Amino acid sequence: MRRSKYIRQPHLLNNGDGPRLTTSAMIASIAGPDQPTKPAPFGHTLAAIADREPRILGLSADLAKYTDLHIFRAAHPDRFYQMGMAEQLLMMAAAGMAREGFQPWVTTYAVFASRRAYDFICLAIAEEMLDVKIVCALPGLTTGYGPSHQATEDVAMFRGMPNLTIIDPCDAHEIEQAVPAIAAHKGPVYMRLLRGNVPLVLDEYGYQFELGKAQLIRDGRDTLIISSGLMTMRALEAAKELQRDGVDAAVLHVPTVKPLDEATILAECGKGGRLVVVAENHTIIGGLGEAVAATLMRSDVRPAAFRQIALPDRFLEAGALPTLHDQYGLSTGRVVSAIKGWLNE
Amino acid sequence: MTEIGHNVSLRERARRIRRNALRMGEVQGQGYIAQALGVADVLAVSYFHATNYRPEDPEWEDRDRFLLSIGHYAIALYAALIEAKIIPEDELETYGTDDSRLPMSGMAAYTPGMEITGGSLGHGLGIAVGMCLALKRKSSKSFVYNLFSDGELDEGSTWEAAMSAGSYKLDNLIGIVDVNQMQADGPSLGVMNFEPLVPKFEAFGWFVQRVDGNDIDALVGAFDAARHHDGVQPRLIICDTKMAKGVPFLEARERNHFLRVEPHEWAEALDIIDAGAVA
Repeated sequence: MRRSKYIRQPHLLNNGDGPRLTTSAMIASIAGPDQPTKPAPFGHTLAAIADREPRILGLSADLAKYTDLHIFRAAHPDRFYQMGMAEQLLMMAAAGMAREGFQPWVTTYAVFASRRAYDFICLAIAEEMLDVKIVCALPGLTTGYGPSHQATEDVAMFRGMPNLTIIDPCDAHEIEQAVPAIAAHKGPVYMRLLRGNVPLVLDEYGYQFELGKAQLIRDGRDTLIISSGLMTMRALEAAKELQRDGVDAAVLHVPTVKPLDEATILAECGKGGRLVVVAENHTIIGGLGEAVAATLMRSDVRPAAFRQIALPDRFLEAGALPTLHDQYGLSTGRVVSAIKGWLNE
Repeated sequence: MTEIGHNVSLRERARRIRRNALRMGEVQGQGYIAQALGVADVLAVSYFHATNYRPEDPEWEDRDRFLLSIGHYAIALYAALIEAKIIPEDELETYGTDDSRLPMSGMAAYTPGMEITGGSLGHGLGIAVGMCLALKRKSSKSFVYNLFSDGELDEGSTWEAAMSAGSYKLDNLIGIVDVNQMQADGPSLGVMNFEPLVPKFEAFGWFVQRVDGNDIDALVGAFDAARHHDGVQPRLIICDTKMAKGVPFLEARERNHFLRVEPHEWAEALDIIDAGAVA
């Protein structure tokens, strides 16, 4: 049950238990207090590769500033198209431009691309295998503004769309590498965007993005965490904490959710005796967790146990992002406690 | 002014387009025949007066793009593409059969000359907007035609596209609305009242003409005016057409969105069309 707006919370009025977090901006930072970050890695990278690739165009539906596309717009004003607050048109126009030989990069929020513009991406773009790149902010639970802005089921919807490649990058380092790789890939791509000051995590591990490849970021004997997007950052933080408690956790990062790197997933899960945990910033239905589970079942690969860290099948509440990540199990602390609990079952 | 001889020839083109459509309909025994007969004059003027293309090279860069937003009108466009020699005539026997290049609903991947995949209604005009913007980037002189239906005026995406075309002043876009007053659930205005259409599109910044879509001379005048209009704005030709035009016993049917025609009636319909042939 969601909290009813009609029930007043008296303790909020008299500030009974000290300061509390506020929801703040629509796009809350996912960076920790002392975490290194990079500003607008998507916008800067796209602007840079567009210098040498004249086919690249940028389109937005009144959200350039909130998808970091304003960086591209400033660098290449004549190659930016404002399509108004009209996501159906955004996708149709991109399809038309791709038909004429251009490579349009369109940005909006993930809720609008998935829920509002699905038919237009499906028929006008994906069915035609057109070279359109769809880059969307606020994937999963990355805003405290409630269900209108929380794209908790975008991956489930887009996994069902043939021809569409789905990328869920972890951090600024990966976005900088993924954008040129996506540009070089011919065909439609959906990328979940982290924008603003984006954490820098994977550089520490010497990681190199490869489209279509899952990569083991760290190895471990006790449990294997398979993750995508910002949950890889949380998984790596959790692994460090678990290490201090004597738990050896491996992390397999799966930035390409579709097509899924089944060979690597099967190879890692086949190294027997480990608890496998799939962690994703997405509803438990239809995302990476179910994709991995089906892959294992189809190939008769059975890990010691299989568990999921994902958002519940509910419309989520509004609030401050750290509060919500803790409430719904995506915070590092909740990942650590969940894994410890499962290892003790 | 257009020469009379030229228009006679366009009438003959329209007659052959109707004939091709009826022959394809006969393969299936049913279909969107009434729409094809109704829009045949519009297609004749489009393909044999107002559109630049090379039959042997459907992807010629300098062609005018002709988008069929209404996927189920594929039978009508195939009939025109056959007459335009973009598709060989013998292929009409394969219409809607397995492995044919002529599926029941138009798809770009299947058919030469089919620029887009229509059928999910309300897509064509927005794709046309993107193509027009792209053609301007390429300094192309080509026009983009988008043929859509009165039913597609119900779709919100059509109006998103209409507003953006006006905002971007797309003078290389020519919209053609086939107002045949019939949708799947019945007469169009009963499904949703989209009138008054002319002031609506004018308010969106378009240069709008409304003509009898079964009057070849009127259509020639409208297409000429659309192509040569001085205003920097998108152009719309609203074509009021009659469902099943040219075959009176089919025109008379009340529910003709998807026509079922008895086997003996095909020959009867073809005889009526052939009676109008120009020697």
